[in-house]
Amino acid sequence: MSKQEVESKSSAPAPQGDTVSLLQERARQIRRDIIMMLAEAGSGHPGGSLSAADIVACLYFHIMRHDPARPDWPERDRFVLSKGHACPVLYAALAEAGYFPKEQLMSLRKLGSPLQGHPDMCKVPGVEMTTGSLGQGLATGVGMALAAKLDKSPRRIFVMIGDGESQEGQIWEASMAAAHYKLDNLTAILDFNGLQIDGPNAEVMAVQPVADKWKAFGWNVVEIDGHDIPQILHALSPDRKAAGKPTMIIAHTVKGKGVSFMEGVVDFHGKAPNKEQAEKALAELGT
Amino acid sequence: MSDNIATRKAYGEALVELGRANPDVVVLEADLSKSTMSALFAKEFPDRFFNFGVAEADMIGAAAGFAVSGKIPFASSFAVFCTGRAWEQVRLVVGYAQTNVKIGGSHAGITVGEDGASHQMNEDLALMRAIPGMTILVPADAVEMKLAVPAAAALKGPVYIRLGRMPVPVLFDGDYRFEIGRAAKLREGKDVALIGCGIMVDACLQAADILKEKADWSATVINMSTIKPLDRAAVVDAARTCGRVVTAEEHSIIGGLGSAVAEVLGEECPTSMARIGLKDCFGESGKPAELLEKYEMNPQDIAEAALGLS
Ligand SMILES: Cc1ncc(C[n+]2csc(CCOP(=O)(O)OP(=O)(O)O)c2C)c(N)n1
Ligand SMILES: [Mg+2]
Repeated sequence: MSKQEVESKSSAPAPQGDTVSLLQERARQIRRDIIMMLAEAGSGHPGGSLSAADIVACLYFHIMRHDPARPDWPERDRFVLSKGHACPVLYAALAEAGYFPKEQLMSLRKLGSPLQGHPDMCKVPGVEMTTGSLGQGLATGVGMALAAKLDKSPRRIFVMIGDGESQEGQIWEASMAAAHYKLDNLTAILDFNGLQIDGPNAEVMAVQPVADKWKAFGWNVVEIDGHDIPQILHALSPDRKAAGKPTMIIAHTVKGKGVSFMEGVVDFHGKAPNKEQAEKALAELGT
Repeated sequence: MSDNIATRKAYGEALVELGRANPDVVVLEADLSKSTMSALFAKEFPDRFFNFGVAEADMIGAAAGFAVSGKIPFASSFAVFCTGRAWEQVRLVVGYAQTNVKIGGSHAGITVGEDGASHQMNEDLALMRAIPGMTILVPADAVEMKLAVPAAAALKGPVYIRLGRMPVPVLFDGDYRFEIGRAAKLREGKDVALIGCGIMVDACLQAADILKEKADWSATVINMSTIKPLDRAAVVDAARTCGRVVTAEEHSIIGGLGSAVAEVLGEECPTSMARIGLKDCFGESGKPAELLEKYEMNPQDIAEAALGLS
């Protein structure tokens, strides 16, 4: 990769009104794809896919330097979906970006499809890490960020984790390592939708005060509304990073966002919409 | 034969019955209570139910703490997480420390289906077998699970119980006798011994019918629901009588039932044998029936493997 090419791909100009509405449209498209794929698959995880849609749209369509025609371009930025069960949001974004044909989305979870129930990096171009067992993605992001430092490369590493996932000890081991190694090229995003499988975090296993925890671990902590595009772009922009510190963006989100009857409903964590529910959801999301 | 029932459902119900009979029983969970069915216990005994969130290693540590304080903890999660993520915790504070901890691992094997390879645990028996002192139970149906749970509670020491997601046929009736460490001979034959565990016991019974029909073979069918300690005498006896052995498990052919049987036969009674199971590979997303077919774990495959033996 020549320097010039790198620069031409460097992103994040100040968000314009146009940019915001374009990204909103991408997020809406991603949400529609999520609903359609899950309805077709008959199983899967809508809640945490929908809560992440706006952030994932901003990453793939504004923030990250990547090239769908060359998924193995060494200088690309990386996104790791540590909460792998939300892979419909990732598959939808990758298809939308052109990593593979959109028709393939409808093969989700079917025998022989590359689109496994949890992301498999050996099967899907653009998937940067195999995930699905919670708690492991951030550590892999630490390794990627350390490698980028070794290479003196400007590549940035983004890792999305869940709030329930934050209960895993390995998250905090990785958190400590990222601060220790001063990984200011690493940005973690917490999809803070407040819910996990057995109920609200607050009832199952409290994660609050979560911002204080990350600050205490030595991270640069930013709190945003995870559905507000300008706030997401602002938080993800390269100049928001703090020299010598990894950044944690605590994104306050709504599980099931965009589909009224899924919003804040625990049971839609891992229950696909039936045909009728999918139609209702798509009508709400608009054509 | 009644409706299909998942062994995880029988596990949840058995925990409730156990909780009524024994106030020392406590249940630990890692954010999967609706899947492991420990939610049934949580509903009736909220004071004796502890959710640790998505933190399996922590859950196992706490279970050991309960055990050394006189309680009988049952810790449940998906098989992949309670035996895999927390393996070294299980090794030290459950196995080495010989604590009275019972581990219920649900969603074992490829019939997990659409969630894919990350969640299909085909190595749990291998992992648990390697830990000294671990008792390993793989009940074949709901009836056996209902008997296995109280038996595990009555046994002093570490026990791993494997649970399945998919509803499966009920094979046994009220007369079925379950004893930890004892193989159950379901059919007596002379041409081949089919030794199965879990959902593959039913497949072995069907394979026996196929063998009768296709080749006029009579098959011994053994339900090896205790993987460890293995009923060595039953294995050797069946091998001596039949001269051929096929093992069948919803697990890798490495390290589970097939390996355990091969170890015994190799040492005591070398016998022509074949192992049905995942052939040193990961699974993938798909419907349970499709996966059983693709990975050659159907009754037909067991019968063919038997006929291929010299
Ligand atoms: C190690 C591990 N334990 C348990 C699970 C099962 N599981 C899948 S999703 C989930 C809850 C996750 O909650 P959260 O991180 O808040 O996800 P979100 O709300 O964003 O969907 C659990 C327990 C898993 N995938 N991995
Ligand atoms: Mg959550």
